[in-house]
Amino acid sequence: MEYRVLENKYVGEGMYFLKVAGDFDVKMGQFFMLRAWDNFPILSRPISIYDVDKEGISFLYKVVGRGTEKFEKLRKDDKINLEGPYGNGYEKVEGRVALVGGGVGIAPLYLVAKEIKNCDCYLGFREEPIMLEDFKEVVKDLKYSTGNEFVTDILDVDKYDYILACGPTPMMKKVLEMTEGTKTRVQVSLENHMACGIGACLVCTCKTKSGNKKTCKDGPVFWGEDVII
Amino acid sequence: MADLRVNLCNIELKNPIIMASGTFGFGREYGEIYDISKLGGISSKGLTLVAKPGNDGLRVHETASGMMNSVGLENPGVRGFIEKELPDFSKLNLCRIVNLGGGCEDDYVEGAKLLDDKDFDILELNISCPNVKHGGMAFGIKAEVAREVIREVRAATTKPLVVKLSPNAEDIVEMAKVCEEEGADGISLVNTFKAMAIDIDRRKPVFNNVTAGLSGPAIKPIALRMVYEVCKSVNIPVIGIGGITTARDVIEFIMAGATCVQIGTANFMNPRIGEDIIKDLEDFMKENNIDNLEEIRGII
Repeated sequence: MEYRVLENKYVGEGMYFLKVAGDFDVKMGQFFMLRAWDNFPILSRPISIYDVDKEGISFLYKVVGRGTEKFEKLRKDDKINLEGPYGNGYEKVEGRVALVGGGVGIAPLYLVAKEIKNCDCYLGFREEPIMLEDFKEVVKDLKYSTGNEFVTDILDVDKYDYILACGPTPMMKKVLEMTEGTKTRVQVSLENHMACGIGACLVCTCKTKSGNKKTCKDGPVFWGEDVII
Repeated sequence: MADLRVNLCNIELKNPIIMASGTFGFGREYGEIYDISKLGGISSKGLTLVAKPGNDGLRVHETASGMMNSVGLENPGVRGFIEKELPDFSKLNLCRIVNLGGGCEDDYVEGAKLLDDKDFDILELNISCPNVKHGGMAFGIKAEVAREVIREVRAATTKPLVVKLSPNAEDIVEMAKVCEEEGADGISLVNTFKAMAIDIDRRKPVFNNVTAGLSGPAIKPIALRMVYEVCKSVNIPVIGIGGITTARDVIEFIMAGATCVQIGTANFMNPRIGEDIIKDLEDFMKENNIDNLEEIRGII
């Protein structure tokens, strides 16, 4: 479906904030397939939802290849195709909750923070922290790491009943390692190359203890104790 | 009035647009996006006798004007399909094609037998699968290897039988003739091209299996040439497949002699491509005063 770009601005760390006009009904942790071209690249790009409000929907994306390089050139009022929302997002939990994000993996956590009130939030950046003003408004306590310090270095898992994570695979692996054998339960949002985005083509299959699952349709969010990463 | 209906193996399809195996699941997911009963047909996800978990590692990679996949036929197996998918699949109001693959002849035959009394319209035989008894070379490379499996499946099924050819066949025309000789009711072509990509930063092949199947507009001109040559050489209906993304592409394949076409990769470019192409096809026919596709079929 075709929509109109409201805003597309660089926010640091190789990432852009893209806002698209429209009325969207979404759940935290879901994604859209974005396309800002006709035929090529062949595949649309799965991008997590950052936020929704009455004006429209916003995304945070990192420029990593031919598709996101095209997103980078979008200007106000340009057309963009969005299909979605797709996937199962984060399950709502109650208790002591920490959000842990690394790199562009911080993207889905903003909407999570808005929905699950009073979370603590840990964000990991490569060089400079970004989007902190947004996060500060919706979380209880915000900590971040940069450079050689990893976000998992500043995280005390014992303080939490639940950790909702999204980031590079090593970061999520580390969170699962740190919580193994503890009472802290983890939800992770996986990233994978996708083609259809809706569970038909099976190119984004991931492994879980109950067999193969579709990252796009069964996920992208899985319980840490089920998923094999 | 443009009449899009086509007759495929004595089954009337609303139009020549069939969704290709492996790109459309069993129709359920796309059915949530649009009314798929508008389609001419669907070819199911490729089944094997025993369920398969598919390949490890990256399964998709984009190329110039195309994409490569290495899904590895992840599927619920014939029995899993019959139990979990067929009840909904058989209710679809379109031409229901079940795609069957296998690792050895016995697998194909047993799969075909299990499916024979089930409610669907056409059995599509995927002979691009590696033959485990012949060093993994696909059944669809050598015509005489394919002949045996087609003969055995023909004897095992009462369904209309369409054989899906691999473009990697040594001689695609010879392969098509073998299908006709062995009693196939139709031929679909082409499956993906065996292809390769290297990740130069990692100094490794992109795919764990080294090679993968290339699809999309990149292969369309070659697929069209193969469909054209096959249509000239056999009398059974041909389903054209390969990089079709527009109604104009569909017309090209029909002018080359195809009865129907299958749409695969284009579903990933636009999930509503099926209904869009059908509408554009109807508009093209009206604008060009074509009442029936028969008027332009095989005119080249």
